[in-house]
Amino acid sequence: MTDDKDVLRDVWFGRIPTCFTLYQDEITEREAEPYYLLLPRISYLTLVTDKVKKHFQKVMRQEEINEIWFEYEGTPLKWHYPIGLLFDLHASNTALPWNITVHFKNFPEKDLLHCHSKDVIEAHFMACIKEADALKHKSQVINEMQKKDHKQLWMGLQNDKFEQFWAINRKLMEYPPEDNGFRYIPFRIYQATTERPFIQKLFRPIASGGQLHTLGDLLKDVCPSAITPEGGALRFFMHCMDISVCSHRIYHLDKR
Amino acid sequence: MAMSSSLLWAVDIFGRVYTLSTVGQHWELCKDTQLEFKRVSAVKQCCWGIACDHQVYTYVFSGDVPIRYQEETYENQRWNPVGGFCEKLLPSDRWQWSDVSGLKHQQLDSFTLPSPHWEWESDWYVDENIGGEPTEKGGWTYAIDFPSTYTKDKKWNSCVRRRRWIRYRRYKSRDIWAKIVSRDDPDQLPDPFNDISIGGWEITDEPLGRLSVWAVSLQGRVWYRENVCHHNPEGSMWSLITTPGEVVQISCGPYDLLWATLWEGQAIVREGIDRNNPQGISWSIVESPSSENGIMHVSVGVDVVWCVTKDRKVWFRRGVNSHNPCGTSWIEMVGDMMMVNVGLNNQVWGIGCDDRAIYFRQGVTPSELSGKTWKAIVCGRESDRSQTGSSTSLLSAGCFFTDDIQNQTNAVIPGDADTSSDTDLPSIPTYLANTPPMGAAASGSGSSAGNQTAEICANLTVDPLDSDQGEANVASTGNKKSHLESLKSTNPNPSAELQWTNIDLKEAQKHPVLSVSTFAETSSLSSLGMFSVGTEEQYGADEHPLWAWVSGGGCLVDLHSPLKWFTVSSGLSSSVQSLSLSITPAQTAAWRKQIFQQLSERTKRELENFRHYEQAVEQSVWVKTGMLQWWRNWKPHKWMDVRVALEQFTGSDGMRDSILFVYYMYHEEKKYIHVFLNEVTIIVDVLNEAKHSFALYTPERTKQRWPIRLAATTEQEMNDWLSLLNMSCCESRRIQGPPSHHAIWSVTCKGDIFVSEPSPELEAGPHLMPCDQMFWRQVGGHLRLIECNNQGIVWGIGYDHTAWVYTGGYGGGFIQGLASSADNIYTQSDVKCVYIYENQRWNPVTGYSSRGLPTDRYMWSDASGLQECTKVNTKPPSPQWTWVSDWYIDFSTSGGTDREGWQYAADFPASYHGHKTMKDFVRRRRWARKCKIVTSGPWLEVPPVTLWDISIIPSSDAVDEESVALWAISDKGDVLCRLGVTQQNPAGTSWLHVGTDQPFISISIGAFYQVWAVARDGSAFYRGSVSPKKPAGDCWYHIPSPQKQKLKQVSVGRTSVFVLDKNGNLWYRQGITPSYPQGSTWDYVSNNIRKMSVGPLDQVWVIADKVQGSHSLSCGTVCHRTGVQPMEPKGLSWDYGIGGGWEHITVRGNATEASRVAMQDTSEENSAVSKDLEENESKGRAEHSKTPLMVSESQDLDRSAVNC
Repeated sequence: MTDDKDVLRDVWFGRIPTCFTLYQDEITEREAEPYYLLLPRISYLTLVTDKVKKHFQKVMRQEEINEIWFEYEGTPLKWHYPIGLLFDLHASNTALPWNITVHFKNFPEKDLLHCHSKDVIEAHFMACIKEADALKHKSQVINEMQKKDHKQLWMGLQNDKFEQFWAINRKLMEYPPEDNGFRYIPFRIYQATTERPFIQKLFRPIASGGQLHTLGDLLKDVCPSAITPEGGALRFFMHCMDISVCSHRIYHLDKR
Repeated sequence: MAMSSSLLWAVDIFGRVYTLSTVGQHWELCKDTQLEFKRVSAVKQCCWGIACDHQVYTYVFSGDVPIRYQEETYENQRWNPVGGFCEKLLPSDRWQWSDVSGLKHQQLDSFTLPSPHWEWESDWYVDENIGGEPTEKGGWTYAIDFPSTYTKDKKWNSCVRRRRWIRYRRYKSRDIWAKIVSRDDPDQLPDPFNDISIGGWEITDEPLGRLSVWAVSLQGRVWYRENVCHHNPEGSMWSLITTPGEVVQISCGPYDLLWATLWEGQAIVREGIDRNNPQGISWSIVESPSSENGIMHVSVGVDVVWCVTKDRKVWFRRGVNSHNPCGTSWIEMVGDMMMVNVGLNNQVWGIGCDDRAIYFRQGVTPSELSGKTWKAIVCGRESDRSQTGSSTSLLSAGCFFTDDIQNQTNAVIPGDADTSSDTDLPSIPTYLANTPPMGAAASGSGSSAGNQTAEICANLTVDPLDSDQGEANVASTGNKKSHLESLKSTNPNPSAELQWTNIDLKEAQKHPVLSVSTFAETSSLSSLGMFSVGTEEQYGADEHPLWAWVSGGGCLVDLHSPLKWFTVSSGLSSSVQSLSLSITPAQTAAWRKQIFQQLSERTKRELENFRHYEQAVEQSVWVKTGMLQWWRNWKPHKWMDVRVALEQFTGSDGMRDSILFVYYMYHEEKKYIHVFLNEVTIIVDVLNEAKHSFALYTPERTKQRWPIRLAATTEQEMNDWLSLLNMSCCESRRIQGPPSHHAIWSVTCKGDIFVSEPSPELEAGPHLMPCDQMFWRQVGGHLRLIECNNQGIVWGIGYDHTAWVYTGGYGGGFIQGLASSADNIYTQSDVKCVYIYENQRWNPVTGYSSRGLPTDRYMWSDASGLQECTKVNTKPPSPQWTWVSDWYIDFSTSGGTDREGWQYAADFPASYHGHKTMKDFVRRRRWARKCKIVTSGPWLEVPPVTLWDISIIPSSDAVDEESVALWAISDKGDVLCRLGVTQQNPAGTSWLHVGTDQPFISISIGAFYQVWAVARDGSAFYRGSVSPKKPAGDCWYHIPSPQKQKLKQVSVGRTSVFVLDKNGNLWYRQGITPSYPQGSTWDYVSNNIRKMSVGPLDQVWVIADKVQGSHSLSCGTVCHRTGVQPMEPKGLSWDYGIGGGWEHITVRGNATEASRVAMQDTSEENSAVSKDLEENESKGRAEHSKTPLMVSESQDLDRSAVNC
């Protein structure tokens, strides 16, 4: 099943208004103005913050500049999580814009991965895509693609080109009609409260009896505690929506 | 979904007859259980069987359209000077009551019902219609003498007159076993019967119904039932067919294969079966595969033969085909069977020797006719289910719920099957569809009313079952209220009782013992209750039915049909599941909408106040390049390699736009052409066997009739480009999602579907939008015709006459992924014929032969004779099509044919006739071959009636729930009225048959329930008193046609009525008033018209036959009548739009009027415009008069994208 365009577009063009401020202890030559930007939810922080970097570097001395990293209310932000995920995970209840603090010193080695160039992001992104396709099609689709198709996927994301991205990605989202679905559904459930990075499990889109699984089935299977009455306080977000567990099919909102 | 399903028939060892649906999971007991049966043989529309009394019975499925037969007789009179016309005829004259020829004496009371299974529809009445024209009251037609040409007018020399009396009888024994009673001489009656087999429906191209029925009597004699056809389902008499020995069993395939087994163990094969001789001529003998064990049982398909020998071994016959019905040799197959049966598509079923289970042969394909393995069908019977239901109900109180529903389900299933193939309803037409003389007739339809209520009940119970599932889900989300509301909207009358049971269910789940009830809802909470399902399986499996006979002759299984026969279903859950599947679109739509809304809210929340923020990623140009071929625009025209680039950029206003560049070499000089995609009006793919090509039109290029034509090397590459270009075009015009209710739909001669959003300026306003500026986008699917109204109800008809209803989606076909909706897209298929001609010339030595004169056309050619088309080199129209039949002679060519399909003429090309005369020196015959396309689109099949025409009422201010009038013509010419069509359920519920005296070909329902129709004889009819309360109206009023013209199409708008005759002339009905809706006269409007559509604003759109562009000529062009005003309903001239190659258009959704103020402002301008238009018109006329000259048989003239 390929999703329909309206939803895909809305997911793709999701933006978070963000206010970047320089960390107070950073040494500057003159006062650093905050920088305002609309961040694409589906992209990565270090991929879309060249402007932020340039903006603050202008007021700083060259020798003070080390690798840039971001933090929100004391939590270092992992660049390898999609931006929307970071926001929903850490800041979903705050008023907009989202205030992110920019650091150029004291890189938190144990919390964050280094990101010296865009190649690192690309490698991470392609690894995610490949992992997902391994689950969906035993990697058949991604392996049959040419190098230029991989490049187009990445360029589509990097340049925020919806059509360019989806011209390739739709192939990753297809399956033969007789299969009724992917082999397994690629998903990750991130929790705000636990230490575990995320929950991931093999999950088939169709039950043994032939009926389609819903998202509710998945949640029940993966984190049963979450949907018992006692777990009622938990909220699930997917692209910042409260998930309705009654969805009759698992709706692949997440592109990966 | 509304996938058409078919049935496998079987008899168990107790003689009970069961059916299993291809979409079902349970054997269902045949509705008529009065009798036990030994043998059954089924086809799609009926089943024949031999009951335990050794008599033959036929079980004809009910359908929405009744089986009716017209009896006719003529009353003849002669004029004499004394009494004027009187009954006294001359001694040399014909009988006073006779058949049409006058040779057979037949009085009114000599007509009797052929069997107890028939009833009269009404009394005799006089036909007041001659050759499409109404006669004077009384129906007399006059002539000088018998036999002669009759006219409706009495002249001075009219010496004789006659009139035609007609009376209809109707077959009433449907959905029950009707005993075949023989009126033959009792001495010559066959002895008791032992075996029966039916088939042969493909020997002729007659529509569904003609059958070869073969039976074997206890004494081993073979009998053939004469004249079994649609309107004579019982046939007329048994004929004895002599055989070389005593026959035990017989098998007849869908085509010309017929095998039987002899008592001695050989098989005999009938030879010489064809269209003219369905009984065949002679027998050949085929020996058994093993000398010790003779053949016990044989079964044949289209071109396969399977047999079982006395040691229960199964054999497959190699090398069987039409030319060699005996085949070449036997191969032994794995498995021991009691019997095997070959069904549709050469699929095979068998009954296992040891377990008496029915096995299905898996993997039978055209390339592997013997299949791969036997797989047991393990579905339970319905009776098993209720049994299990009651046994579990002992467990706990909660199970009463389960049991309750289950019983209902049992009751529902037959009723539900009714809705798809039912037919009791049609007896209601006896009430409603009365033509006046029928008034007295409708006796005994009380039972049908009873049936109807049963059906309504069934429908009611189905809905709550579905909603039950939704409800259970709701319970787990706590989102109950909104869901309940959506429930209500899908089901206006949820039964209070069932809502209560839902609540009961929720409570029941908390109860520890009650896991059983949880399996009732399959999709959400089922995991808990699974173990109990297991116990049930066990229970069912122990009691597996023992079978005696199986028949797959009506059971259509193909490669893509997923069968659910091979797993034991878990009682109720399966039925709920299948039901829930049938409502998924609505539910899906609901949660999809919810998700979409949440996303929109998110966007609003996160973006609304921050739009002035800078975007993190700047938009830059994105380019796709590639190598394509281009049909170059200088002479000689040919394909040349070009580099193509699509540049996409975002303007400062956020609007995206794209430019397509085509770089080519002209005399070693680099050049390019470019198109702004926001100017492109349509992209048409032109798949043919040679090239994967497509064409781009802009308004300018539409005027020229010269699009940019590009071709890719592979279909995939073309589809990639098409997808991208289409998407870019839609993007630049900000068009997305499904078409609006006002959309204009059209179909090309390739069956492609296009849709355009009308702007308000299209029909009115100071500056009319020229229709060459309309933007068309493609919707997946393959149709011949499409009709809509302004509430978003859209129906289509395929080339194979299948009816389809629009699901509300968009995309499908090659439009995949982004430009396509996720749901509401289904597989669609269509079948059409490819024709070639065999031409012969007479010479004195050998007579007709395939040796022509040197100047003659190819001896195997297309219709024009210019293109050589042999059986071998003729390919399906494009790679999307595959052959599904062999070449066969087409006997239904216009002009008629002789017994071998030949048509004769004096010379090529000329007009052909169906019999040879002295002057004929050439002859031809048409060969047809069926091909099939499988594609996808937002369409669902509406089985089972196949259609010829449809019309949906355009409603101005209808309430949502009100049912929408939809009329149709079946492909047999029956007029039908669809009941229960609403915006929520555009497919409606059932057909109501409206009686007519002859087959119809066109129908249209306009505003205020004005229904007009055209009969096959070319006459027009108006249907009186149609209203929401009386959906079928009361009677037909014959409207005389324009002089000497046979009509072919009618279209009714708000007040305007237009008809089209067979010579392409368009006529307007003058003088229609509310009190006199039939109008008075026909006014000529235009010639050169192929098809037309009059919309709810009385706007007139047509497909013109030929339109001259500046660069080339096009056939099949969309044209819009301009200058149509309330006082000028005929309009002034034509505005030319997209084409050629267009076949059909419907503007009946477009009710958007431009504001009136604007119109008044510009009255002055209007006159200027109209003057302009007049000039255009005279120009247009001139072109029209030229066109016949332009259209020589050279096809090269037409450079438009889609060739007819």
